[in-house]
Amino acid sequence: MAKPLPTALRNHLTGLRLLLLFTVLCGLAYPLLVTGISQVAFSSQANGSLVKGKDGTVVGSSLIGQNFTTTSADGKTVSPDPKLFQSRPSAAGADGYDPTASAGSNKGTNDAGLATTYTQLKAAIAKFNDVSQSQVPPDAITESGSGLDPDISPAYAAIQVNRVAQARGLTDAQVQALVAKYTQSRTLGFLGEPRVDVLNLNIALTKLG
Amino acid sequence: MNSSLAGFLQALALVGALALSYRPLGDYIAHTLTSRKHLRIERGIFKLIGVDGDAEQTWGAYLRSVLAFSFVSVLFLYGFQRLQEHLWLSLGFPAVTPAMAWNTAASFVTNTNWQSYSGESTMGHLVQMGGLAVQNFLSAAVGIAVVAALIRGFTRNKTDHLGNFWVDLTRITLRVLLPISFVFALVLVAGGVVENLHAAQIVHTLSGATQSIPGGPVASQEVIKQLGTNGGGFYNANSAHPFENPNPFTNLLAIYLMLVISFALCRTFGKMVGSHKQGYTILSVMGLYWIASASLITFFEHQHSGIAAQIAGAAMEGKEVRFGIPGSSLFAASTTLTSTGAVNSMHDSFTPLGGGTAILNMMFGEIAPGGTGSGLYGILILAVVTVFVAGLMVGRTPEYLGKKLGAREMKFASLYILTTPAIVLCGTGLAMSLKAGHGGGMNNTGPHGFSEVLYAFTSAANNNGSAFGGITVTSTHWETALGLAMLFGRFLPMVFVLALAGSLAKQAPVPESTGTLRTNTPLFVGMLSGVILIVVGLTYFPALALGPLAEGLH
Repeated sequence: MAKPLPTALRNHLTGLRLLLLFTVLCGLAYPLLVTGISQVAFSSQANGSLVKGKDGTVVGSSLIGQNFTTTSADGKTVSPDPKLFQSRPSAAGADGYDPTASAGSNKGTNDAGLATTYTQLKAAIAKFNDVSQSQVPPDAITESGSGLDPDISPAYAAIQVNRVAQARGLTDAQVQALVAKYTQSRTLGFLGEPRVDVLNLNIALTKLG
Repeated sequence: MNSSLAGFLQALALVGALALSYRPLGDYIAHTLTSRKHLRIERGIFKLIGVDGDAEQTWGAYLRSVLAFSFVSVLFLYGFQRLQEHLWLSLGFPAVTPAMAWNTAASFVTNTNWQSYSGESTMGHLVQMGGLAVQNFLSAAVGIAVVAALIRGFTRNKTDHLGNFWVDLTRITLRVLLPISFVFALVLVAGGVVENLHAAQIVHTLSGATQSIPGGPVASQEVIKQLGTNGGGFYNANSAHPFENPNPFTNLLAIYLMLVISFALCRTFGKMVGSHKQGYTILSVMGLYWIASASLITFFEHQHSGIAAQIAGAAMEGKEVRFGIPGSSLFAASTTLTSTGAVNSMHDSFTPLGGGTAILNMMFGEIAPGGTGSGLYGILILAVVTVFVAGLMVGRTPEYLGKKLGAREMKFASLYILTTPAIVLCGTGLAMSLKAGHGGGMNNTGPHGFSEVLYAFTSAANNNGSAFGGITVTSTHWETALGLAMLFGRFLPMVFVLALAGSLAKQAPVPESTGTLRTNTPLFVGMLSGVILIVVGLTYFPALALGPLAEGLH
């Protein structure tokens, strides 16, 4: 008869066997089952809530923010597109809104560089939208936690309405109506904050002309 | 409705939901831990792993099983990451570097889920679901198993038997964690959390640039990340990422999930010791600290002190518009008080005192309500200390739940209390003095930079896992130091808890007399709260004074 294994070794083998069992159960069976059901029952959400543009091609996810920029004719300078609503500044990747590098700035509120950045951004945004600096809301100059924030505050949308309307040759009321359509109030009246879904708003704008 | 009122209602809804689940979930866990009947699948598992499901273990055997299981888990997870390039669904990512793989293995096995890696650019889907998420289940179950053994130490008399670790681990995972995860994973997907096996999908944005939309089995991992108080995000931005936490509803659900088991375990405790009042006493102390902390962080963030926040007009740096200040603050308080460590906003960019409160939350030792299981055993140790302190005042041998607390018991309790502060303070001190290796990772300067280092060690040793994320911790120095802090911070306290459980179970019960300190009264709630503040909180005061206080009171 073979000698019984020493207790310590037996313990580790028991552990390994249980770990392998649970790897199959919790690590394969469970996520694959959830994936299977989700793909059938909630296909759109499970695949990233993708949205299509004017011509029917996918232009992004309604949950992931984007840069809305225009490139100069010589291809050298990239600047905010006056015809589209602008997202918040982003720390994700070198140019912002890079989902392969989701991140916040992690700057502390007493960081001297951060204060300077805010002051400059505030002035630039006020000038771009032709409003006073005091009208620029906090979310317009701060970077979100994910760097992918799909939303802006209704206040930031409000100061952009006139600029977008003029750039597109629309009336303020037309743009205002679209903003209202893509503004979500608090869930159930008290969860979260009111917000404007920038990508879907911009898609609607491009469809309008 | 203004933001503050909405925030208050949101917290109220959360408390309501937690209150509703307290009794059923607590009773169900108690039943799971005490039932003599094995399910058929459990009998099958015990047969496969060669364990007699009805055999009981001594505290030493129980501990050796915990350690053996965790040791095997660390090795397995390390190997898994090192081999990922050869595996299915690797997304083309190379093997994780040795230092990072070691740190991550230690991190997930200890229920810390500190992440020195960035999920979307490091880990393939198979490593995420078959490696990391598995430990999300198992490390949570290990915590509950250990507290079950401690409770049995109080309820059993003149015995060596504290239950069977393999049985506890299997039952908690199968009967509690898996079913709840399954249901809420589907709820999360319905709410917008992604769940697929795709690689990133390249799209052309409205402005014509390319953007790569990531995929992954996120919802199934997200739910256990919160429920098991793990906190390791699928993506780098964790619960701030819209694919992990797309809207205010999923945000509240996430907070609920991270709190629900740890609070309900008070009911389990009350039921097992035969006095629900004992459970409510512990619950009250946890609840008090949780409410106080959530209120403080919300207050500090609303105040938005700090030069930059004053210019911006609100402390919105590192916060998502959809959650705002209330949703971010409530999440921050809950994640740092539960050892979860998931973040839906960047704590590094919080106001000095708001971020300081988050650090203090972890310093209390993750007990309000703490990690799954670990929160309850942590606060029970503090209850033991409280009874002892009260006993000293009147000159009697203290007793708790009918067990005498003699020299042996107090030694274990004291060692427990001393372990984590020793790791945090020595680790931080060393890191600050070895500037080239450690302090060099700081993103901010001055007191805020010190807070980053203090936060890192506090988070690792208390198995929280959140970070002042600006700090760079990918050097071999940092990966090794924090990996050790996590392992010692997890398993040394467990040794003392199980040793205490063994010594309590051996005793005969002491009949309650007129001199016995009653531990189910508001007076005891006050005493326990005071002891936590003084014994634990004050240990860290000098360190806090150098970091967040220096910055915040500037």
